[in-house]
Parts: sequence; C-alpha cells; structure tokens
Amino acid sequence: MTDTFLSATPPAPIRQRAARDLTRRARWKPAEILFWLCAAASFFLLPDQHLLLSEIVILGLFALSLDLIIGYAGVVTLGHGAFFGLGAYVAGLTSIHLTAEPLTGLALAALAAAALGLATGPLLLLRASDLTRLMVTLGVAMLLYEAANKASWLTGGADGLQGVMIDPLLGRFEFDLFGTTAYGYCLIVTFVLTLIARRIVTSPYGLSLRAIRDNALRARSMGIPVGPRLLAIYAFSALIAGIAGALLTQTTMFVSLDVLAFHRSADVLLVLVLGGVGYLYGGLIGAVAFKLLQDWFSALTPQYWMFWMGLVLLVVVLIGRDRIQTLPRTLMRRLHAEGRA
Amino acid sequence: MLTILIDGIAYGMLLFVMASGLAVTLGLMNFVNLAHGAFAMIGGYVTALTMNRMGLPFLATLPLAFLVPALVGMLAERTLYARMYRRSHLEQVLFSIALVFMAMAAADWLLGSSQMLITLPGWLQGRFEIAGIAIGRYRAFLILVCAALVIGLQLLLSRTRFGARLRAAVDDQRAARGLGINVGGIFALTFATGSGLAGLGGALGIEIMGLDPTFPLKILVYVLIVVTIGGTATLTGPFLAALIIGTADVAGKYYIPELGAFLIYLLMIVLLILRPQGLIAPAR
Amino acid sequence: MSAALQTINLEKRFGGLVATNKVSLVLEHGARHALIGPNGAGKTTFVNLLTGVLPTDGGRILLDGEDVTARSQIQRARLGLGRTFQINQLFAAMTPVESIGLAVSERMGGGGDIWRRLGSRRDILSEIAELVERFRLTDVMDQPTRALPYGKQRLLEIALALAGNPRVLLLDEPAAGVPEAERGELLETLAELPRDVSILLIEHDMDLVFSFAERITVLVNGTHFAEGSVAEIMADARVQEVYLGSDEHA
Repeated sequence: MTDTFLSATPPAPIRQRAARDLTRRARWKPAEILFWLCAAASFFLLPDQHLLLSEIVILGLFALSLDLIIGYAGVVTLGHGAFFGLGAYVAGLTSIHLTAEPLTGLALAALAAAALGLATGPLLLLRASDLTRLMVTLGVAMLLYEAANKASWLTGGADGLQGVMIDPLLGRFEFDLFGTTAYGYCLIVTFVLTLIARRIVTSPYGLSLRAIRDNALRARSMGIPVGPRLLAIYAFSALIAGIAGALLTQTTMFVSLDVLAFHRSADVLLVLVLGGVGYLYGGLIGAVAFKLLQDWFSALTPQYWMFWMGLVLLVVVLIGRDRIQTLPRTLMRRLHAEGRA
Repeated sequence: MLTILIDGIAYGMLLFVMASGLAVTLGLMNFVNLAHGAFAMIGGYVTALTMNRMGLPFLATLPLAFLVPALVGMLAERTLYARMYRRSHLEQVLFSIALVFMAMAAADWLLGSSQMLITLPGWLQGRFEIAGIAIGRYRAFLILVCAALVIGLQLLLSRTRFGARLRAAVDDQRAARGLGINVGGIFALTFATGSGLAGLGGALGIEIMGLDPTFPLKILVYVLIVVTIGGTATLTGPFLAALIIGTADVAGKYYIPELGAFLIYLLMIVLLILRPQGLIAPAR
Repeated sequence: MSAALQTINLEKRFGGLVATNKVSLVLEHGARHALIGPNGAGKTTFVNLLTGVLPTDGGRILLDGEDVTARSQIQRARLGLGRTFQINQLFAAMTPVESIGLAVSERMGGGGDIWRRLGSRRDILSEIAELVERFRLTDVMDQPTRALPYGKQRLLEIALALAGNPRVLLLDEPAAGVPEAERGELLETLAELPRDVSILLIEHDMDLVFSFAERITVLVNGTHFAEGSVAEIMADARVQEVYLGSDEHA
C-alpha cells in the first residue's frame, strides 16, 4: 500500500491484538491435545480392539477429507467415495503388480486420487449450483464403479481383487492378525495428515477458502481467483481420501467393489455430520460415534441398524448441527467474557 | 429397432412420472429431496400388496398407489419437510438421505428383502403388432397413461388457479401471504401431489424395474439425472430428459450391454457440461 | 495523461430494455466524482458493467488507459479496481481483522500461501492495524462480523475495498441504511479517504453527494443526462425537473 496515507506507525497494541486474532485458530487447544493423547492411549490400552480401531481411523480420515471441501470450501458432494475407492484399488494393484512395499502404494494411491480430483474438479466449477455439483460428483463415482465392475481382468470385478500382499512396514513391522501394526500405521498416517491439513486450513490460503465459502461474490471482487483455489482444495481432499482408501486395502489385504459403492459416499457424509462440519476433528469424532452407534444398533436389531442410524441423522439435522456444535463454544465464550470482565 | 424405441419411450415416460414430483419440489420449492424414491416405493408396495394379499385388480390398485404416498407425503411435509425449507442444501441432502435409510430399513423389516412380483391382467400381457412392429401391450398402456398424466400435470400448473397460486407462492412468499394465499397449504398439496405421482410411477414400474427395499436408491439416481439434465425451470425439460435417458438406457442395454449403466452417467456428465443450466434453461 | 477510469459508449440491454445507453464518462485521477440519478436510472447496472459482474453489449472500459472490457471481474480487481456494495457483502463468520488481513495479503500475492502461519508477517499486520484504526473498527476488530453494528459493517465494507489498494474505488451508496447516530462517523471516514485514490460515488442521498463530490454526472433512463461541477448541477433546471418530476428526494 502506498506510504503516503499509511505514514503514521500504528500503535503496537493494536497490531498485537490483530496478531492475536489471526493466530487464534492456529493455536493448539487443550481439547485437541487431549484428543491425540486419547488416540495414542487407545493403542496401548485396547490391544484387542485394534482391528475395529483401524476401521474407525480410516473412516475418520476419509471423513476429514470430506470436511475439507464441505466444511472449508462449502462444496457439497455425493461422490467422494470415488477417490476412496480409487485409492483402495491403486494400492491393491500396486502391491500385486509393482511392489508390496506399503508406503509406495500409499503414495501412488494418493497421487492417483489427487489426479482424479484435478481432472474432475473443473466440472464442479461449471455452475455453482448445489444440485449440479451433487449430480456430477455422483456421476463420476458411479462411472468409476461401473468401470471397476466391467474391468474385471484388472480389478477382479464383483469377486474383488485377490492376492493383495503387503510387506512389513519399513521392512520391520509385519502386518499381524490382530491389527496392531495396522492400527499404529493408520494412526500415524492420520496424525501426520491431520497436522498438514490443520496447517493448510489455518494458512492465508485457508482463510481465503473460508472467505469464498462465506461470500464468493465479495471474494471475486477482491481479486481472489475463486476457481483455482477451490480446485486446489478439492484435489488435496481427493488425495487424503485416496490415502484413506489405500490404508483400508493395506490393512485388510483385500479390495472389493464395495469401496466404490454409493453407500460409502453417503456413510461418510453421515459420519461427518455426526461429528460436526468445519472444525477438522468432526470426521474423526464422527467416525468413533458412527462405529459405536453401528455396533450398538446392530446388537439391537442386526439387520435394521440402518433405520436407527437414519433416525439419529434425522434428529441431528432437524435440531441443527450448528446449535449442537456451538453450544459448548457459546458457553466457553460466555465464561471467558465473564472472566475478563 | 422401433420396438426398442417404443420400449425406451415407455420407460422414459415412466421416469418422468416419477421425476415430475421431484422437479416441482426442486424447481419451485428449491428443496433437494433425495427421499423422493421412497414415495415411489410406497406406491409400488401398495399395489403389490393389495393385489397379492387382497386380490384387487391391477387397475383398481393404481388410485391407491397414488393416494397412499400422497397422504404420507403430506404428513411428512407438514411434520418434517416444512422445517427444512430454509436450511442449506447440504442439510436437506442429509435429512432426505436419513429418510431414505429409514424407509429402506423399514421396508426390509416389514416386508422382507425379496423381490415383489405381481401378475398383470391378461389384457396387458403379450404383444400386438402394428405395421409389422411388435409392441408390448403393457408398454403401450404405460405410454397412454403417462401421456395423460403429463398433459394433466401441465394443464394443472399452467391453467388452473392452483397453478397460479403455487407460482405466486414460490415467487414471493411474503407477497403471496399478503394476498391471502395459504402458502403452507399450497406447498403441502404440491408435495403430496408429487409424492402421489412418484407412488403411481412406482406402481406402474414394478413390471419393468422390479420392487424391493433398495428401490428408493435405485430409482433415485435415475430421477435425479432426469431432473438435473432437464433443468427445473420447466416441466418440458425433465420430460425431454426422461425420454432421452429412457431411450438411451433401453437401447444401450440392448445394443451395447457391456457398457451397462456407464452410458447413462456418461450421457449425464456430457449433457451437464454442454448445458449446465439444464436442457431448457431458466429465462432471465 | 489518460483518465483513471473511462467508459466509451458503454451499452447494456436486457431483452428489449436498454439499461445503459452509450454512456461515456471520464473519471480523472484523484477525482471525487458522483454518479446520481433517480431510481431505475441504471446506476447499479453501470457499476456491474464497470466491475465485470455483467458483460457489456457494446462500448469500451479503460482503466488507466488500458482496455479492460474483456477482462474478468477478478482480473479487474487485480488491476486496481475496487468497489463496495450497496448491500453489504461481507464475510459473516470472519472478524474484521481476518477480513482485512485477507484483502491485504491477497493484494500482496500471499493469499495462495498454504504453509505460512496467519499473523506472521509484520508488514501485513501493520497495514491491518492502520486500516482498522482509519476505519474506526478498533473496538470491534476481533469480533465476528455478523455481530457488528450496522454502521461498523458499513465501514468494514469500505475498509475491505481500500485494503486492496485500488487506484479506482467505486462506492455504491455507502451511507445506505446507516442509522443517524452512526452516520457522522461514516461521513468523516469518507472525507478522509486518501486523495490518490480516484473515487466514483454512486449515491441517492444528495446531502452526501454535495458534501463529498466535486463533480457530478446525472444518469437518467440509462443515458448520460448531465455533467458538471456541484454548483452547475445544483443550478441545472433540467436536473431539478427530473428529480422533482419523478418525486425523488432532492
């Protein structure tokens, strides 16, 4: 900005207050640290639950990737399962045809999913109508499902991909029957990706995403390149979903068409809504809630757990996510304000 | 060749009858109702059950297949949907997905997961020939019934007082209320009609698409495609889209079966790229 | 030297309706220029053409001599064309500091940075502090925008536009809807806007126009109707007739 009208140095207190406000979101909150401590503790305290816990973490990571585009970029999708499924298949195929080394499979799955995100992302920018977006994403996911179904010479079709074998992690940790290595692996990958995602959503780029979600008209008039910004987060989200899919393949050593089915995309939406949209941990917390509920409902009525899950979702949506979600925050703010006064 | 075309048209007409309710709730009321297929399923089950268990003739069940989903729809609109009109599309999506889950599980629980079969009356079975073209009797019946419904619907919306009131209520709710129009009532009636039509479509479609608890999801994709491609500004758009999709699906399955459902999704994406506003774009 | 902003025979039609009829307007460097006209005169359409929200049907738009007619909204903004909106277009969930910080960092080319931490650049912080003070937002700088009083939101609306360091600033009815108690603050802030920014004020409120503008253009039915200094326009019988005739506040 021209110095002609910004000559006077601003008082330091104002600058400090501004800095405090800008760093507010990036600061580590006690609840976050507690969350990761619990996650680490679960590894040691629940050794016989490692298989279930791996499933939860993978679902949580998948939901986290969805949160990046729904919660932070405001783009609704019904086809996020496409990236998950692609990642799962790429990881499986890598282990069969290329190398059984897990990290390579993970990286290739991530790249493939991100590439698909980059390729299909522009379709979302055609028209900012939610319905078109829903349908285009759904269409892409369905196309992929059909493709995997038809290309049975490559994917095994409806029988699933057989013969996935994964080498020990880093050449040392064998993937065991109890899922201990698997859980540790999933947990660490998820932790690292969460850190990266956290860094991105609290960066200037993340701020511009929030601005676009809040008011795209204004963002444009400020010269923010809305299209490329949305495309970038879409591809990044696809990358994470692809990694989640790869983790599923590598920890279960099997891929079936189920990874691309519509219910994956619907389930992950449900998970995210259970946990809450737009604060990054919603996916992980939602995954825990989802699996617990699913277990509980399945025990009550084995075949019809979907009914109760639907009912829970219905109630959550009717009451309003915001109201449930902001309740603790509003309380905190009130306490905080009183403390200051 | 022409037989396939006629099959395709019959299928497309059926799709349109099921999708028309969705086009109205989406286009006029701006509500993304993914549970639309659930009402179609209710209609299907009403017909199947009244025929198989109570021995009603096929034709006599059709009014019921309209009325029951319409009543359920009205009830659901008043108690649940009305609260969701002002919410974001994401919340509407979730809300209606929840309804789909519940409807599917409930149908499975009450009626079992097996396919429902019905026996059509003799005069609707078999084929007849006109100028050497074999036409399924039921297909011809479908085309006639659906065409009558389409014309009736178009007249209802464009010519009647109800249609005018609905359009007024959609354009400006507050102004419509000021004119003494019962906006809530109109929305409920519209929703009920849409649900009823879906139900009727479900009943008519048992013979063609089958009927089991996963029906809401199966049909959802098709009706959504029809509405998205057609656009929601007019009913003509979805009608054309339904015919295109119906014909393409039937022809595709016949000529290039290895492509399967591929063709439909590809067609949808291509059409959306070419005409993002729908086949018939809203006038500006 | 070319004008800060110039339109040549700018045209826009909606179907049969001519919303902008070959309007030619010159905004000089450092100008305080007002565009007035009765309701429906096509002021908002004109702004939308200038900023690229609507495509033109004819004519050219020059920004500092450069033809931007074919440029997008985003490109024009990057070239230094800032605007405010008649109806607030703010980021409801963000604080004024975040909103202004965003505008400043976008202008400096740091908006796409995915790794830097917010609040780590001293130059941006200084500018935020400066703007917050200039626009009297200090008290509310770290509260969510949606909770701000209307007058403060109006100030933020202008602050956001200025944070982009525009060469030309279009103010679309900046005082609209501001309650009397908060009005003084707004007018003072407007008067203190930096002189090196050329401003086109689109306004309804004649008191504000006469106190702020040095030159006035009158738009009637999408057509350039009259132009002159404040005194000339005040004395123009035809202008008075248009305003009194259409029963507008004058």
